[in-house]
Amino acid sequence: MKYVAPSSVEEATSLLSSSPSAQVFAGATDVVPQIRAGRPAPEVLVDLKKIEELVSVANDEDKWTVGAATPTANLTDDPAFSEEFPGLTEAAGLIGSDQIQNRSSLGGNLCNGSPAADSVPAMVVNGARAVVAGPNGTRVLDVAEVVTGPGQTSLDADEFIVEFEIDRIPARTGDAYLRMIPRTEMDIAVVGAGARITLAEDGSIEHAALALAAVAPTVVRVPEAEAALVGNTADDETLSAVADAASEACDPIDDKRGTVAYRRQVAGVLAKRAVLIAIERAQQRNGTN
Amino acid sequence: MAITEENPGYKWVGTRPIRPDGLEKVTGKAQFGADLMLPGMLFGKVVRSPHAHARIISIDTTAAEAMVGVKAVITGGDFPDLAANGAHPSEIDVANNTIAREKVLYEGHVVAAVAATTREQAEAAAEAVEVTYEILSHVLTVDEAMADGAPLLHEGMITKGVDPAPEEASNVASKILHERGDLDQGFGEADVVVEREFTTKPVHQGYIEPHAAVADANSDGRAHIWCSSQGHFQMRAYSASVLGISPGMLKVTAAEIGGGFGGKTVIYLEPLAVRLSQRAGRPVKLVMDRDEVFRATGPTSGTRIKVKMGVAKDGKITAAEVWMAYEAGAYAGSPVGAAGMTAIACYDIPNFVVEGYDVVCNKPRVAAYRAPGAPMAAFAVESVLDELARDIGMDPIDIRLANAAVEGTQASYGPKFPRIGFVETLEAIKDHPNYTADLGPNQGRGIAAGFWFNAGMMSSATVHINENGTATVVTGSPDIGGSRQSMALMAAEELGIPYESIKAVVADTETVGFNDVTGGSRVTLATGAAVVDACRLIIEDLRARAAKTWDVELDQVEWVDGQAQHAEGAQPPLSLKDLAAKSGRTGGPISANASLNSRGVGAGFSTQLCDVEVDPETGVTRVVRYLTAQDAGRAISPDYVEGQMQGGVVQGIGWALNEEYIHDSDGVMENPSFLDYRIPVASDLPMIDCAIVEVPNPAHPYGVRGVGEVGIVPPMAAVGNAINDALDVRMTDLPMSPVKVLEALNEQRD
Repeated sequence: MKYVAPSSVEEATSLLSSSPSAQVFAGATDVVPQIRAGRPAPEVLVDLKKIEELVSVANDEDKWTVGAATPTANLTDDPAFSEEFPGLTEAAGLIGSDQIQNRSSLGGNLCNGSPAADSVPAMVVNGARAVVAGPNGTRVLDVAEVVTGPGQTSLDADEFIVEFEIDRIPARTGDAYLRMIPRTEMDIAVVGAGARITLAEDGSIEHAALALAAVAPTVVRVPEAEAALVGNTADDETLSAVADAASEACDPIDDKRGTVAYRRQVAGVLAKRAVLIAIERAQQRNGTN
Repeated sequence: MAITEENPGYKWVGTRPIRPDGLEKVTGKAQFGADLMLPGMLFGKVVRSPHAHARIISIDTTAAEAMVGVKAVITGGDFPDLAANGAHPSEIDVANNTIAREKVLYEGHVVAAVAATTREQAEAAAEAVEVTYEILSHVLTVDEAMADGAPLLHEGMITKGVDPAPEEASNVASKILHERGDLDQGFGEADVVVEREFTTKPVHQGYIEPHAAVADANSDGRAHIWCSSQGHFQMRAYSASVLGISPGMLKVTAAEIGGGFGGKTVIYLEPLAVRLSQRAGRPVKLVMDRDEVFRATGPTSGTRIKVKMGVAKDGKITAAEVWMAYEAGAYAGSPVGAAGMTAIACYDIPNFVVEGYDVVCNKPRVAAYRAPGAPMAAFAVESVLDELARDIGMDPIDIRLANAAVEGTQASYGPKFPRIGFVETLEAIKDHPNYTADLGPNQGRGIAAGFWFNAGMMSSATVHINENGTATVVTGSPDIGGSRQSMALMAAEELGIPYESIKAVVADTETVGFNDVTGGSRVTLATGAAVVDACRLIIEDLRARAAKTWDVELDQVEWVDGQAQHAEGAQPPLSLKDLAAKSGRTGGPISANASLNSRGVGAGFSTQLCDVEVDPETGVTRVVRYLTAQDAGRAISPDYVEGQMQGGVVQGIGWALNEEYIHDSDGVMENPSFLDYRIPVASDLPMIDCAIVEVPNPAHPYGVRGVGEVGIVPPMAAVGNAINDALDVRMTDLPMSPVKVLEALNEQRD
């Protein structure tokens, strides 16, 4: 197994094009344990952390740009980012442990393809886009389009994510992410729920986004819940409809981490709770940016 | 907080100095089992069965032997057939568990081992060993193993303890029975009777350091083993038996140990490493990975336990009936015997029957785990007692006080208790502010108690006085819970020199007299008594030297504050330093050995108070407050005593809430990693508050009872009782995971 650390996107894409079994990694917090657990090692491991664009965080008037290999600790330590996207920041901050946080990244968390990835529902509800580099230049796709199944992505073998674009958050908008684990940390989500709510000036819900983790082969949006919220307030009836829609949207499995029935029921609970937190945050962000 | 019956004015015993092993551990210098590197050392790898139950048809090692770097490949046929040699059945089981001969009895059972120049070569060679199996039907639980027509693990197993002996073989290795009084009469006198059935899953000790052994064999048949163990003399005896040689042919050095909790009182790798080293002519290292630790080393039993108890309105227990079946794993020897003896030992009950079964099944052979057998039984009994207290409207401490065993009570397992401190632990809980702290919404409070015998057994110690008056204390008890500090503190107290002037070390099997394992909470009691004896021999010697120096009778010399004093003050005192400096002129080096078979074990009791908060919508239980009160007899080293108390509680909380072995229908373990075998992490827990109770054991020079184990006995019931208090659901199946708690709450709502 060979280790290479290109310093530019171009160098990395040409490396990937010339070595068919090469594999990129960002923090390697999934890749190394997977190899140690017996997954066949690639001939070439390509470290993306030495490429400047992949480890930087910036914003302009329109959007934030987050390098795909940026340590999630850099996001949780960034006051401006975490103030604007507390839900996404919390989700990123749940990955692994403090030590892992210095290596783990949004790009790695996404491309590992785990249905239980914590940051993915939070990116999805915030409409994050992935800028993907390949031999023919870059293309942009919604984060929701990247993962196609457990461990599977829509990227070609010679493509990788350079950065994520997330539009600046509108007024009266808040996001939230909650996950259920039996412990308090160092665990994998049994159920995860990300929500983002934009309130109208009258306090009713103008836009809603809800996405669930660990309850289906990929992260799922819950349009029925979103529809139930828009135009309403978070009254008991609406929240109950949200919970029911979330439970209904699940396509979970029975495994050592939880049962189908448990995941369905708790998906509804977390969806409801995440929506309530997002609303509370939206209420606090009454002005503009 | 310590409750001290009398303060004898000790200078060192009961203090909290800096731990002697801390610096090496935090700087990474400490040498654990896997750290040793020897010149020319090879790396070994073990080949394990993928099947829960199968007959070995053939093992073809030719491909593996031909691979680059491979120096040795061994199978069961490379070890003596102990059954053919007429060995004791327990020795045969140890040998067959170390490496299978005819059948594999659990997934992970060793079938072969290889040694090669590099770890990668060894791993590749292990893959290349071709084993042909005939797969057999398996049984995973006591229910499956005890069912009519169940496939048998051992075709000749006739249940012991049944008269007349059964004619048919079964998976039940033995039956135990304790009874007293008249059960029917006892239940007739009860105002309330509660009957419940409980189940628990196998749980692992979860030591952080995996098993590791290095062996270096000589051509004369002798070998040196370095290993992570709780008793290198035991490792020597077991290894010699499996290898078919005299124990004297083996020298065993105990490495620094990263946790054992009972699971390192047995052998796995040591004889394999020796045989590989003999075959290869080079030292060989074998280290398990976590997956192997889970699949093939000692969990404790999964169980099914039924408890029926009756109380009168005044809270007196009138009768108790306990039925228990404990998984032994692949070979006889579950801790059901201790479970039967401890189940109701906290209480003075006039009428009872306790019946238990030791049941083999196709899971790894169970090993000792902290108060082996007692925690599951206590989960059942203490849960039922909690329910009885509620039914008669009595405080849970008061019902335990009304029935508590005291000095003179005939213990349920036979002997009369000497002075014990159970009542004092109950009172310590009642007196603590946690007992009356306010509870919030969805919070509940639970109480449970536990008993453990503690052990004595055999120990040896040597004390050397160095030429400058400092001392070296040598024992053969691996330090898993702070024994180097407690030995040094007792030696300092005896000799009258500062703790810092004493170094306590753990010596190999050729450097100190025999020591039984570090287990049974026995080391501070028994090895500590040996250290005290050796120190007192030293003091006799020092007095004699002072008498000789002063030319006075021996009875004119007293040993006070680390110096020899003339009874009438006619001579200036001689300090240990003075006497050490003159040792060459007064009889030579100053040194003493003591060996003993421990006198006077002191039983341990613990009572615990747990506050939980349960999320009624997700079933997640968080422990928000926890208090443990335990009778230490005397806390020689209060820091370590609290560490033991807290550690036992934390392991018990893990057992209560999340830990379990999960097997698929083929008998393959599904969660052999710390990701999915969920021991608690630090953020899961509140500070575990400790109330050290000190009711001295009259049979020990400092009153020590032993503190390592009883702390894990009450937590599962304390947590379960707290969950019941919070939301009125009685959990009877461990672990009380979010899935199960939510199911119970859903049923309650329906």
